[in-house]
Amino acid sequence: MPAAEPGTAAISIRGVVKRFGPITAVDGLDLEVPSGVCFGLLGPNGAGKSTTMRMLTAQSLADEGEIAVLGYPMPKDSKQARLEMGVVPQLDNLDVELTCRQILAVFAWLYRVPRAEHEQAIDRALRIANLVSRADTIVRDLSGGMRRRLLVARGLIHQPRLVLLDEPTVGLDPQVRQELWSLIDGLREAGTTVLMSTHYIEEAERLADTVAVMSAGRIIAQGTPGELVRAHAGEQVLEVYGTPTQLEQITERAAGAGWSSRRSGPALAILRAETLDGEAPDGVMRPANLEDAFVALTGEDIE
Amino acid sequence: MSSDAPTVRPPAAGEPSAGVRRIGRLEPAALFGVMSRDIAIFGRNWPSTTFSSIVQPTVYLLAFGLGLGTLIARVGHVDYVQYVATGVVATAVLFSSAFPGMFNTFIRWQFQRTYDAILAAPVDVEELVTAEVLWISARASVYGLAPLLVGLAFGLEPEVGMLLVVPIGFVTGFGFACFGVAIAAVAKTIDNFSYITSAVLTPLFLVAGTFFPISKAKNEGLWVAAQFNPLYHCVELVRNATFGDLGPADLYHAGVLVGFGLLMWRLAVSQLGRRLID
Repeated sequence: MPAAEPGTAAISIRGVVKRFGPITAVDGLDLEVPSGVCFGLLGPNGAGKSTTMRMLTAQSLADEGEIAVLGYPMPKDSKQARLEMGVVPQLDNLDVELTCRQILAVFAWLYRVPRAEHEQAIDRALRIANLVSRADTIVRDLSGGMRRRLLVARGLIHQPRLVLLDEPTVGLDPQVRQELWSLIDGLREAGTTVLMSTHYIEEAERLADTVAVMSAGRIIAQGTPGELVRAHAGEQVLEVYGTPTQLEQITERAAGAGWSSRRSGPALAILRAETLDGEAPDGVMRPANLEDAFVALTGEDIE
Repeated sequence: MSSDAPTVRPPAAGEPSAGVRRIGRLEPAALFGVMSRDIAIFGRNWPSTTFSSIVQPTVYLLAFGLGLGTLIARVGHVDYVQYVATGVVATAVLFSSAFPGMFNTFIRWQFQRTYDAILAAPVDVEELVTAEVLWISARASVYGLAPLLVGLAFGLEPEVGMLLVVPIGFVTGFGFACFGVAIAAVAKTIDNFSYITSAVLTPLFLVAGTFFPISKAKNEGLWVAAQFNPLYHCVELVRNATFGDLGPADLYHAGVLVGFGLLMWRLAVSQLGRRLID
């Protein structure tokens, strides 16, 4: 991986606030994404992730605070920043009437790829997205997974050094998700800076070097997945099974003893189980994971 | 995955970095990129687009020219059929610019979200609107020739000045396409367009001197109203060019059309910008 230029963050967000009428979608956000990493923005639906993504392309304008992307102040130099980054949106906004090749050709123009290199850039993007055999298929006839890969290819047509991925695998089945994960991993391997928003914990855990947990419009924790787990869920988790009544009693007992716990399906999960000595109820010990940390941090149940 | 994963350009500190070009305003590559999309789509659906843009004015021409033509032989020194054939040019331009301006904009922005995708690339709202409207007006200027071709079949004399119909149609179409974009930007739903169609566009094309001479109307108010109707100026220009009657008054007509186009252009950019960037 090429060394990032010291002191230069790919993305820098300071004190950003964004309101929509009475709703404050982003509420004093501070975020620094260093160059050359895959950075995961993890948060429940409605945490302000997509609004943040839109502000990074100046498609949404912050009410307060400062944003710089690749060193360019936003929104003043946003067009220059957009020239040097790629964007993969959450919602499919492909032209359903066009073929893969036609769509990539349009974006080769929009991203100012020199005319003589169009053909090459299109072929390259098709190969990255594994769509060579579908080059001349109309988008309407592509599967959901192929369409998503085409969205990624479209955002990479100009070999950007920063890529924004907004919920890249939302609504995809597990196998297609795996394909996209290897694609994103390939980007990071090649040294591209990736900012990926997701509400899938597994996605952040598998792909991101650094994860920032976003809730109610601000970052509430940040670190490597391992650091976050240790800091907010400890080493071990004790899962206690029982009838709803039993679980309720244990929940009360846990609260009384000051143990942090959460309901996890049919069980009660007691975090930092390694610190319980002797007094613990019967249950199954397992290593803590990012999901435990996420729920402890956001108080949100996961899907 | 593939070994073609992207390679990284040398990281830059941000300010106009070495090796990366500085981007400007209204860049041809951005305009052409947006238009290349329109052209690719047109390549698929040109038969339906062309059919509606040509058949509708032709029907007007035949109905009025031949129907009403049995009652009215001439207007001034011109056969009534030819009078209508030249007038309907403006109608053809209006229909093939204002409607795409309204509907395409609304559909691409609200339903297909195409504009969101384009604005995530180094393209701004001004380039997006300008490119879309240039394409629509180029198309409209060609469709505007259809009534003249029908007119030729009814004895309209070919005249070199007829070639001016293309630039006249282009400027008129530009203004009305921009008008359509501005309307799409303020419309709440696609049904709102029916207000514009019945209350604005229909009167505009009926009181433009298409079917009867405005100057001969008994009501003077009609003549005054027509001065504010860009379509009236388009009709006058087309007629004067086609019948070889161009004179100083046509500078006034052309001036109004250019002014209308510029005004609507700025309006379209600001209105759509207000909605696309939140």
